[in-house]
Amino acid sequence: MAVYKVNVNGASVNLTADDPNTPLLYLLQEQVQLNGPKFGCGLGQCGACTVLIDGVPSRSCTTNVADVAGKSVTSLEGLGTPANPHPIQQAFISQQAMQCGYCVSGPVLYGKAFIDANPGATRDQINTALGQSPLLCRCHAHSRMLNALVLYSQGLTK
Amino acid sequence: MRTEQGNIYSWRTFDEAEMTADARKALAGKAKKGASRRDFFKSAGMMVVGFSAVGEVGKLAAQSPVNPTGLVDATKVDSWVSIGTDESVTIYSGKCEFGQGFATVQLQLAAEELNVPLSRIKLIFCDTGFTPDQGVTSGSQSHIAEFGPGGLRQALDTARDALTVLAGQWFDTTPDALTVKDGVFSVKSDPAQQITYGQLLQGQRFNLVLDGKTVPKDPKTYTVLGTSVPRPEIPAKATGTFRYVHNVRLPGMLHGRVVRPPTVGAQVVSVDKNSVANMPGVLQVVVKNNFVGVVADTQWHAIQAAGTLNVTWSAGDTLPDPATLYTSMTTLPSADSLTLDSGDTEANLANAAKTFSAQYLHPFQMHGAMAASCAVADVRGGTGPKATAKIWSATQGVYPQRDSVAVVLGIPKANIRVIFTEGSGCYGLNGNDSVSYDAAVLSQAVGKPVRVQWSRKDEHQNGENFGPAYVINLKAGVDAGGQISTWSYETWTVSKGNRPNATTPGNIISGNLMGFPAPVPTPAKATPPTTFSNNNNSAANYLSGLIAGKAPTSTGTVNSAKILTHSVASPFFTGPLRSPARLQNTFANEQFLDEIASALGQDPVDYRIRHLSDPRLIAVLKAATQAAQWETRPSPKFQIPFGKPVGRGVSCVLYEGNNGYSALVAVVEVDVTTGVVTVKKLITAAESGPISNPDGMLNQTEGGVLQAMSRCMYEQVKWNAKGGVITTTDWNNYPVFQWGMQVPELKTVLINNPNVSQTGAGELSITLSSSAIGNAIFDCIGVRVRQIPYTPANVLAAIAASKK
Repeated sequence: MAVYKVNVNGASVNLTADDPNTPLLYLLQEQVQLNGPKFGCGLGQCGACTVLIDGVPSRSCTTNVADVAGKSVTSLEGLGTPANPHPIQQAFISQQAMQCGYCVSGPVLYGKAFIDANPGATRDQINTALGQSPLLCRCHAHSRMLNALVLYSQGLTK
Repeated sequence: MRTEQGNIYSWRTFDEAEMTADARKALAGKAKKGASRRDFFKSAGMMVVGFSAVGEVGKLAAQSPVNPTGLVDATKVDSWVSIGTDESVTIYSGKCEFGQGFATVQLQLAAEELNVPLSRIKLIFCDTGFTPDQGVTSGSQSHIAEFGPGGLRQALDTARDALTVLAGQWFDTTPDALTVKDGVFSVKSDPAQQITYGQLLQGQRFNLVLDGKTVPKDPKTYTVLGTSVPRPEIPAKATGTFRYVHNVRLPGMLHGRVVRPPTVGAQVVSVDKNSVANMPGVLQVVVKNNFVGVVADTQWHAIQAAGTLNVTWSAGDTLPDPATLYTSMTTLPSADSLTLDSGDTEANLANAAKTFSAQYLHPFQMHGAMAASCAVADVRGGTGPKATAKIWSATQGVYPQRDSVAVVLGIPKANIRVIFTEGSGCYGLNGNDSVSYDAAVLSQAVGKPVRVQWSRKDEHQNGENFGPAYVINLKAGVDAGGQISTWSYETWTVSKGNRPNATTPGNIISGNLMGFPAPVPTPAKATPPTTFSNNNNSAANYLSGLIAGKAPTSTGTVNSAKILTHSVASPFFTGPLRSPARLQNTFANEQFLDEIASALGQDPVDYRIRHLSDPRLIAVLKAATQAAQWETRPSPKFQIPFGKPVGRGVSCVLYEGNNGYSALVAVVEVDVTTGVVTVKKLITAAESGPISNPDGMLNQTEGGVLQAMSRCMYEQVKWNAKGGVITTTDWNNYPVFQWGMQVPELKTVLINNPNVSQTGAGELSITLSSSAIGNAIFDCIGVRVRQIPYTPANVLAAIAASKK
């Protein structure tokens, strides 16, 4: 049983696995009790499992635990809390920008990474950026999620 | 206690601290201001009986309306509403939340009818231990159920009336001498004289049956309903703390995985349990007829064991050749039904000035939920009268699941509790019931709680009940004046299985694998219809619904009609997929009407209105076309299209013949060379009576048109006839709309109609995209694409066929 030291949402945790190829997602769910990253496809085709690894949006379902040793992992929970949401989360809340909400790790975390690097990005630029790797919302709440992301891009949430 | 929790929705259960500024603002307007309750009680000279907050399900259980047989009597007010001495209001409902926002609407309904602040209300829904049996949450039926007779509103109104009587007795006056606000009655002539709901009830039950004569509030006076109250769970969802069924964690919980047949209908020949015996964490291999699963200590160990387990399967079913599926459907023995048959359609077609005919084809499609289905089961004591089961499931129907899983497990249904726990949006009968059976059977085998989460391939290939394929043949005749004189519709659709219930666990794949039969239609001749129901929208809007000797009840003016449906055996499991049958029928009916209008040189909107009699349908049609700045002219726009023409199409429907009105204008661009269709704008109007939550209805309407756009542009289940393999196993080979693709400009007009009853809104707009987009494609290129999806291949094939 190997131990992998990973910083998860600001706390150092020891993830244990007998297989270095164990996907990060399962360990975040089982050993850190995170609810933010979710299983959608296990194939990197939908984005429900998205986390930031050293700030870069990544698919935790296809990322091996051995590859994140010593790195920092941020999930939705690491951005903000219900009482004190991150501005991009606040934008999704104020726009009611979801139906079931199962997919939101993808648009929130890809959106944050892109907009933080490209403040003021337009609606079309944000949508194009989110399409760089396959990302889904099956309730099709895209329009209001884009509204929320544009609000964040314009700095209009706290 | 946390692990027992099912679905509790309120702004308190998600913690007041979690509320957004918007939510706080929305709630502050309704909240009681001024002196605290404690001060008020002192000034009123009353004893304070108790202020214990009702926070935990355990405490709720103590006051729950469940009787010892495990049945909740939905005719009793106490099964729907309880009011605590702390003035808290708890409502119990059998309609679940999938992200459509109906939990919020139910909280608004309680606040409105009971005159209490939203922040004081807690909603518990879809838990066989506590809530009324309201069947399944589906089909845009929740408003009708909860606002209609025998539903939540009637229970609330009965409770309110009883409280009013009690207050009248307390003050020794008549009810009209009292006012009520925020759960406090005051005497009009002396407002200092007050008494609260909690003081009147003193923690006791109502002991009343629902009163059919009670009068609900007039929607014109609504102050809470009709406003865009924010959903209480969204802050938790946006910040990752919301607990979906995938996040249920029980002490000692194990992880299961299923091993499905590689080909449709394959059966287990043998299972080599030794093939995984030495794998880490593997605890058990479970075989029940053709169901095979593994249980391990972690998800990853279970996944690896399921991938390694050596199972020998028999050859599967012979599947129809996909190339000739539609033809083969029309040749199979069928169960027939008639919606209309005026008996004169053949004669009228023969005598018509002009006749039209066309065939429309709709493929199998899948729900394709974002989440791979997941459930957690805790079955104790094996099987028999002493065994028990608890299941956390994202099912649409906790009671039907309880009743059917009782048969699967051999445990009395009174010993089973199904606790709805939100999953991702399901859009109908996807894998949530099957995966619950899987978890229950694995847990029963190991005697410990087991969580099962499917792989994406399990979900796509061997999990859900697909939306069925349709072949729709339409014929119509018009008179010399261009008026439709007769309309004939004949359809073939396929069926295998459906929603599971106590007698049909085999209606879904897991029940079938576990040994229960999967029913297909029994061939039968149709009998003449005696009453008109357009529940499937098989009858176009333009028909009158005339049945001999009865008054016409539909939305149109054409009396001569035959509407005949053939249902044949399906090669795959089928079941309700959002707007089932209605979407496919509207796809055909609304394009065919356009075909006639175009051939007659008529504007599609004018020609529709010419044949409509229902002012509400005409009103949504006008609202959508006005918002779209519709240009009155016949289609197509271009006789000889080239390059990338842009055109528009329209469509409208009275959903299910009685459940909400909608119209849609689509603006699309077609690349004539490549056949690529790009949807530029979708402009919707919707009217379903009094609007409960405008922003929620907007969210549903916008999501509906886009989801239907994905379905008609990209989605189609595929398979190889040879070997019987479903080949659409993931998001690469079952493509859908995704981020980065052009999101059309969405414009939505919601029409609030407080003069009629509430009807559904969840499946209005989704019903229209395929026909409006199809009509817009025709407007661009003058070619009718009568087959979904509108892929470049199908568009180019239609263009080529038109040149022959």
